[in-house]
Amino acid sequence: MTEARQNIHEYLAELDDIPGTRIYTAARARKGYWINQFAMSLMKADNRARFKADERAYLDEWSISEEAKVALMARDYNTLLDLGGNVYFLSKLFSSDGIPFAEAVSTMTDMTWPEYRQMMLDGGRAPQGNRSIKGGY
Amino acid sequence: MAKITAGVGSSHVPLLGVAVDQGKSRDDYFGPIFAGYDWTREWEKAEKPDVVILVYNDHASAFDANIIPTFAIGCGEHYKSADEGWGPRPVPDVEGHADLAWHIAQSLILDDFDMTIINEMDVDHGLTVPLSMMFGQPEKWPCKVVPLAVNVVTYPVPSGNRCWALGEAIARAVESFPEDLNVQIWGTGGMSHQLQGPRAGLLNREWDNKFLDLLESEGDAARHIPHIEYLRETGSEGIEMVMWLIMRGALGKKVKTLNRHYHIPCSNTAIGHIVLEPVD
Repeated sequence: MTEARQNIHEYLAELDDIPGTRIYTAARARKGYWINQFAMSLMKADNRARFKADERAYLDEWSISEEAKVALMARDYNTLLDLGGNVYFLSKLFSSDGIPFAEAVSTMTDMTWPEYRQMMLDGGRAPQGNRSIKGGY
Repeated sequence: MAKITAGVGSSHVPLLGVAVDQGKSRDDYFGPIFAGYDWTREWEKAEKPDVVILVYNDHASAFDANIIPTFAIGCGEHYKSADEGWGPRPVPDVEGHADLAWHIAQSLILDDFDMTIINEMDVDHGLTVPLSMMFGQPEKWPCKVVPLAVNVVTYPVPSGNRCWALGEAIARAVESFPEDLNVQIWGTGGMSHQLQGPRAGLLNREWDNKFLDLLESEGDAARHIPHIEYLRETGSEGIEMVMWLIMRGALGKKVKTLNRHYHIPCSNTAIGHIVLEPVD
């Protein structure tokens, strides 16, 4: 038997070594499956209307943990990333809320939306010091 | 005989589609971005490609969390613009080239690439924004499109090496198609951007330009860049650049650069664009 080209355990360990980042691994995809499928359901106008009319009741139709339901209602996107949410799915919630993608993204940082927008105009967040938790570079 | 005559790389930021659809593409914010595509729009009018093989990723539009194909090829006759939560973009339907697509799909499978085949789907901004950038706002898209969707969302995504090799196999497949067709291959997405978490907003002008340099150069060093390097250097969504490698892999060893453009920012993202021609 030949060896795998890349060891999956080493590969996954590296993905967890990036500051302020939740790479959407298979483990997160499994954990957040219904959060993401719920978000996906908001692509249909009828579902959006039902969700907006009573968020809690709509969420109760899904097999989602209480913690995740609270985070969804609070639009606490960092917690949702920890619980396996993925930004492309969660963006269905941004658009249901009618807010720009970048504004929703800014809520995951320590900046206000105007501050974040200005950072982007100024060239974005620098990679220096943001590449590796262990390496600190 | 069909032939790949050029490769195009381009970001596919959804806000660019909004700028086109709302007539803002020449304002102070978007003007410098679109100016970098002016040359390409004129060039495309002269080139008149019959078909574009358009490599992109679906953003939770055609595929939900249920089925995650690594490489999927659209073999349908036509595709509609997807409703991504704010109504479909007002762009023409995308016409497929089912004969060529099925030919490529069959050839790739025999060439050890186990493709997923899609007959019906809607296409989102990942596919329609590059069409708008290259063709503007025609009543009908001037060419047929073979969509090639890559999973760059759920890890592991395909390696750069695998993407490059897929490009090489696509070029072989196209060349064995009997009809005379002028085919382009486009790799889309990127460049540096991160849309999630406290590190969101990361951009890396230096790395992005190094990547463009590698694509222009002879040889295939870019195929060996590991995922972790894209992620550390260019943000979690910068990984989309592996899709540019499918385009570059299809062009062969040596290329000539016809256009190159880079601009920061568009929303959360660094905009990159390149037009390459294979040199025999």
